[in-house]
Amino acid sequence: MPSFSHFFETLVSNKGLFIDAMLLTLKLTAVSILFGIIIGLFFALLKISRSKILSFISDAYVYLVRGTPLIVQIFILYFGISGIFLIPDFWAAALALAFHNGAYIAEIFRGTIQSIDKGQMEAGRSLGMSKGLAMRRIILPQAFRRALPPLGNQFIIGLKDSSLAAFISMNELFNVATTLGSNNFDEMTYLLIVAVYYLVLVALLTIIVRLFENRLAVSDR
Amino acid sequence: MTTREMIKIENLNKSFGDLHVLKNINLEVFESDVVCLIGASGSGKSTLLRCLNFLEKKDNGNIIIEGEEITRSTHDINEIRQKVGMVFQHFNLFPHMTVLENIIEAPVHVKKVSKQEAIEEAKVLLSKVGLGDKADVYPSKLSGGQKQRVAIARALAMKPDIMLFDEPTSALDPELVGEVLATMKELAEDGMTMVVVTHEMGFAREVADWIIYMNDGMIIEKGHPEEFFENPKEERTREFLSTTQLK
Repeated sequence: MPSFSHFFETLVSNKGLFIDAMLLTLKLTAVSILFGIIIGLFFALLKISRSKILSFISDAYVYLVRGTPLIVQIFILYFGISGIFLIPDFWAAALALAFHNGAYIAEIFRGTIQSIDKGQMEAGRSLGMSKGLAMRRIILPQAFRRALPPLGNQFIIGLKDSSLAAFISMNELFNVATTLGSNNFDEMTYLLIVAVYYLVLVALLTIIVRLFENRLAVSDR
Repeated sequence: MTTREMIKIENLNKSFGDLHVLKNINLEVFESDVVCLIGASGSGKSTLLRCLNFLEKKDNGNIIIEGEEITRSTHDINEIRQKVGMVFQHFNLFPHMTVLENIIEAPVHVKKVSKQEAIEEAKVLLSKVGLGDKADVYPSKLSGGQKQRVAIARALAMKPDIMLFDEPTSALDPELVGEVLATMKELAEDGMTMVVVTHEMGFAREVADWIIYMNDGMIIEKGHPEEFFENPKEERTREFLSTTQLK
């Protein structure tokens, strides 16, 4: 184990490199969560649609994503996409992560949409709303609120999973830590530093999600 | 002067799987009529009401609203529903919206009334149901009786020609039933056409123009309250009334 003073000195002296890496990690996470939410909502709506085919497509997507390791998906998308047309490495990694997160988010949304009392849809319809309008105005806002705690959890997983982008040479936190560690023959120090960075990021994410939850809980008060 | 026929049902049938819940129902409701549907649980009265609002799909038979036979292929059901308001047993207020937002939601987003106009009308409706001071409160803060009165105001905001009530007081604490019934009575006095599924015999007797007793998916007896309660013709009606009078 490195001494505390050595750990601290290394932490401070490599601040710049780690902060750049952290920004990349944050960008990867933000993009993959944002697209993951869009993909997730889309497949959740497919799943609850009355069409058997659409519902099957959603099942198949979720099964494929949950049934294979994320690193395999990242490699397939990375080599697959860049073999067909050139996209920047960042987008290959971000889309792979979004595609992966999307499946779990789809399941979260499906569950919370179905947990809304069916009287809510009936009340909307009885007022003359179309199914789509009632979904948009009545069901989804309530489902989003219920989805926040499990979504927060998924965001944390997504943040940590972004470390796998290191394997397609993204200079995000984990990659920087292992590279610096092996260059300096001091792996442990750099791994502990990167662990601290992740802990801080997760703490911040937790706080942000909680703020959102409190804001949306206004109707309970 | 002949009054307008608002609802006419001809030979309506509805089954849930093997369960035949509505058997050849025939019914007419004229303008400003208050019709109370009574009967034991499972007799089909709620299903009948829900068929009128197309929340349940009929198997066969005709539903004629204001002189037009309504089917899903000839009519936009969403437009018909704007003419037929519905109040539910469990209120079904939108919990993520304030009372005012609940009421203006459909006028603004379905009827495309301007928000300002909708708010003004909503405030009038709220004071009519005695909740003028609750506009900015969320439903979770209201008592059951208040929730149901908001639900009535919400349905009225679409200016329906007909109001359907599906056991509107069954989920309420006994001391809150009165305020909802009073609101409904006022509505009846204003001339609203109403079909009410209820277990409140006192209300039915006092407010209804017609009482319809249903049993086992069939209409057993229909009559004006006086003769219906004093002099029921059918044996099954008499049996049912004797059980309710024990309460």
